[in-house]
Amino acid sequence: MKADLVKTLQKKKKQILEIWMEKQLADAGLRDDLISNEELRIQSEELVQALVQSITEKNLGNVESSEFEPVYEILAGISLSRAKQGFSPRETGIYIFSLKDSLLQVIQEEMRDDPAAMYAETIRISKLVDSFGIATFETFIKGREEVIYRQTNEITEISTPVIRVWDGILALPIIGTLDSSRTQVVMENLLQEIVETGSSIAILDISGVPAVDSLVAQHLIKTVSATRLMGAECIISGIRPEIAQTVVHLGIDLSNITTKASLASALRHAFSQLHLEVRKKQKQQ
Amino acid sequence: MMTTQLVTLTKDRMVVKLEQDVVPFRNRVKEHATKIGMGLVNQTKLITAASELSRNMLRYAGGGEVLIEVVSKGRENGIRLTFSDKGPGIEDIKKAMQDGYSTGKSLGLGLPGTKRLVSEFDIKSVPNQGTTVIILKWKNG
Repeated sequence: MKADLVKTLQKKKKQILEIWMEKQLADAGLRDDLISNEELRIQSEELVQALVQSITEKNLGNVESSEFEPVYEILAGISLSRAKQGFSPRETGIYIFSLKDSLLQVIQEEMRDDPAAMYAETIRISKLVDSFGIATFETFIKGREEVIYRQTNEITEISTPVIRVWDGILALPIIGTLDSSRTQVVMENLLQEIVETGSSIAILDISGVPAVDSLVAQHLIKTVSATRLMGAECIISGIRPEIAQTVVHLGIDLSNITTKASLASALRHAFSQLHLEVRKKQKQQ
Repeated sequence: MMTTQLVTLTKDRMVVKLEQDVVPFRNRVKEHATKIGMGLVNQTKLITAASELSRNMLRYAGGGEVLIEVVSKGRENGIRLTFSDKGPGIEDIKKAMQDGYSTGKSLGLGLPGTKRLVSEFDIKSVPNQGTTVIILKWKNG
């Protein structure tokens, strides 16, 4: 009796698909605004086809069998394409789980005379389809994680721009917290840019740093020292009043670093160091 | 004479396990401080102290737990933070509270600096069992 199940499924492939499609089209949750019935049919047919092809009496009880790989591949494809089309993960999950209904209906019709076997097969099919449904969720989450990973990379990339404000003057606005890895990126970019542009003054603007604790201060001091070794002067600007008070209370000594309250005053200081003068143009009479 | 007692108004717990947890933790402290109307300077002092202690916890004990409490005593409101870890503990607290002393390679300002930033500071440590640091910052302190 048991050996018949796989054969039955293979034989009744068409019927399974028909029942499944019928149920989907009748369902109130049908999203024909997102996917056309035609496309839905192709997608469903592909899945049923792969399922009956890879299913054997041996692997039916083992959802992790490698023979199901083509099915999982199709599932991953469905999950991704549906996510792009705007389906929620729940809708994709329900779509897969609805296959169970049609499979079970076929089993029920076939094994009406043997309730014990029907029960056993129902459980096996349930487990299999459950595993398929979970696979779509896993793919969905993996896709999300990739997006997060890419964004993290992008943030590190864009967060440390070195700007040439004048010939020989570089500015580097720091926004957010300066941790060890960030300092490394800041230092690398800054030192590289000093070499490339032959600049002699670098302005580190910390207006966008919410708090300066001893670790951040240590990182700043390191960056300034490295800049000095390269033969350039480093000015730290954007020190807000509350940051100044905190730094003093913490006991951090920044006295041998040139610091300014604003980027503008740092730039003025840099101009005077380079013997440059910015003047209002006299009106010609 | 009546003594005014310290009353805890709200409690909030947070786990600091990774370097990425420091910023959300600091933001949470800032939220509470803003809620009780703490000024910008005191707020910055408090979050700097919080950041200092949470980094210590990460560095020396591999993380720990922080209890954020809004407390009140008489008319004064404040924020109390309790940092507890199960790390190796501090052998010589007196030495650790000195400026410029560090067993790591830091500036050695974390603990003494933190004490100067807050209104009340208490540290307890048992070697091989862990360290607990309690700081309190009054709204206008």
